[in-house]
Amino acid sequence: MAARGKVVFDSERCKGCELCVNVCPVHIIELSKELNSKGYNYSQIKNGSDDKCIACGFCGMTCPDFVIKVEKL
Amino acid sequence: MPNVVYAKPKGMTDATTHYCPGCTHGIIHGLVAECLDDFGVLENTVGVAPVGCAVLAYNYFNCDMQEAAHGRAPAVATGIKRSLPDRTVFTYQGDGDLAAIGTGEVVHAAARGENITVIFVNNGIYGMTGGQMAPTTLLGEVTTTTPYGRSVEKNGYPINVCEMISTLEGAAYVSRVSVHDIKNIRKAKNAISDAFRTQIEKKGFSLVEVLSTCPTNWGYTPTEALTWLKDNMIPHYPLATFKSPWGVK
Amino acid sequence: MAKVLMKGNEALGEAAIKAGARYYFGYPITPQNEVTAYMSKRLPEVGGVFLQAESEVSAINMVYGAGGAGARVLITSSSPGISLMQEGISYIVGAEIPAVIVNVMRGGPGLGSIQSSQSDYFQATRGGGNGDYNMVVLAPESIQEMADIMQDAFDIADQYRNPVMIMADGMLGQMMEPVDLDKPKKEKKDLPPKTWATTGTAHHKGRNIINSLYLSPDALEKHNMDLKKKYDDMAKTQVRYEMYNCDDAEIIAVAYGTTARIVKNTIAMAAKKGIKMGLIRPISLWPFPQEPFDLTADKTLSYLSVEMSTGQMVEDVRLAVNGRKPVDFYGRTGGMIPEPKDILAHVENMMGGVCNA
Repeated sequence: MAARGKVVFDSERCKGCELCVNVCPVHIIELSKELNSKGYNYSQIKNGSDDKCIACGFCGMTCPDFVIKVEKL
Repeated sequence: MPNVVYAKPKGMTDATTHYCPGCTHGIIHGLVAECLDDFGVLENTVGVAPVGCAVLAYNYFNCDMQEAAHGRAPAVATGIKRSLPDRTVFTYQGDGDLAAIGTGEVVHAAARGENITVIFVNNGIYGMTGGQMAPTTLLGEVTTTTPYGRSVEKNGYPINVCEMISTLEGAAYVSRVSVHDIKNIRKAKNAISDAFRTQIEKKGFSLVEVLSTCPTNWGYTPTEALTWLKDNMIPHYPLATFKSPWGVK
Repeated sequence: MAKVLMKGNEALGEAAIKAGARYYFGYPITPQNEVTAYMSKRLPEVGGVFLQAESEVSAINMVYGAGGAGARVLITSSSPGISLMQEGISYIVGAEIPAVIVNVMRGGPGLGSIQSSQSDYFQATRGGGNGDYNMVVLAPESIQEMADIMQDAFDIADQYRNPVMIMADGMLGQMMEPVDLDKPKKEKKDLPPKTWATTGTAHHKGRNIINSLYLSPDALEKHNMDLKKKYDDMAKTQVRYEMYNCDDAEIIAVAYGTTARIVKNTIAMAAKKGIKMGLIRPISLWPFPQEPFDLTADKTLSYLSVEMSTGQMVEDVRLAVNGRKPVDFYGRTGGMIPEPKDILAHVENMMGGVCNA
């Protein structure tokens, strides 16, 4: 099934708070094992899950740091 | 052409905030910024920053800003609005700023029906200074100045700001909202939007109390803190629109 | 233009309006309540805004807001009310906002009395609020002089982006004198435009922020050094004083405001007794005038600071005289007014006994 949404993370802004991880209705966000330059594990789409995004925008809405841009495809 | 579902609002600068990970200040900033953008008033807006965690808000809102002394933001906003009545003027204050030292200023701005918008961020604790009791700290809550839990005998009762401000005739729009889940974030945005609409349509004083988390000083993860807010704060601080120029259901 | 007989409090309000002030935020306190009443009636007549705040704390923060948004703002109060404003004044200085603040002094400390005093000299000239700062502090002796310096006060405030304080006292506020409010005074043409004011990003380049918080120490030190440059310039260019009968004075009194007028009467009485007495009248309390002391220290025998306090300006007199001649003090306080005969008796004592006529 083709992806309905595209999510872009500005990882340098991320503080690893996991609000987006827990709000995503299709559970496709996780914290990476890597650190950004602030020292946080930043959020990202799980490997292979890009096509599952439903473009609800919840992740962007709940992110306190404006990390996430959500587009409907 | 991609259809943007969510992006950083124009009302926010590019600065990354100093707020703790998962602090709901960021969410609330975004809602205020979106509303200013939606109404097309961003370039004619002056915001007033408090003393508290949001003291650096003048770096984050993408409009002219004034930094007020602790508690004085509604007076500063009054000075701005009375001299520039066609600008949109808002204050952004925490529970120490508004409900402790600033009770006089906010009550009188409301009583005067000052045509400004007050965004009141209530997380029941003093964040910036390291977790002391706030006027809105719940009974029994442990803070650095109530290590045995807030007691009525020692510290009295918490203050319900919306209920108090609603008794004033000059207060035109008063609403309490929360940002602990998407449904409530949407309702919070609607309330903040109605508050600014109250100002723009010159209907009087507007105040939105936004229940918020302080993961660091509550001692919870950001997600746990949202649950704590829902389970503990909402029973004491009911979510409602108390007054509105368009009627209250 | 004709002179009108006016109460000091009302004249200062009208003078502020003539100087371009269109915003007044105040709170009732004796002995300056006529200012609030006058401004509440007059400002709407000239398209201005009067607002009675809920306290002086709130009022001075309204001045911060309006001044930061580019308005010409006047605020008046009296001693305990000025105490309440100290936080706001410190913020106004730190955020570089122009404003004119008038203190119609009354007796203190604390609630004190409602009669005249000059016991806020330290509060005005030594800061009062927290931090390193100064304000130009002007002390008129008559209602006419008050009206004259009002235009200057607003211009100085705008020029430096710093508040200016005018010291009156209960007598000056309450007395009625003839005053010509239309003495031609035009706004300084070379005042910088207020491109820094928070009028909204549509109205100027970039984003304007009015703020006194500088969390990084080197930024705050730089800010303080920049402020200091302003004060150093004020110290050079804003000194005002009057020298009265100093030419061959054996004893020189130092007094300001209404006390100076009482001293002038004393000088006339002294002359009848063959005592050559003069007066240095600082009109700027800050910057305190050094020059008249340099001009007189060699020739005079001693100085006498006369104040309605227990001795505040006398410290600046001692600093200015710098040990060259003795400096004595005579004062009444608590609202009591010094009388010429008592000042003269003190002078005679200083001269070694009563002089025969």
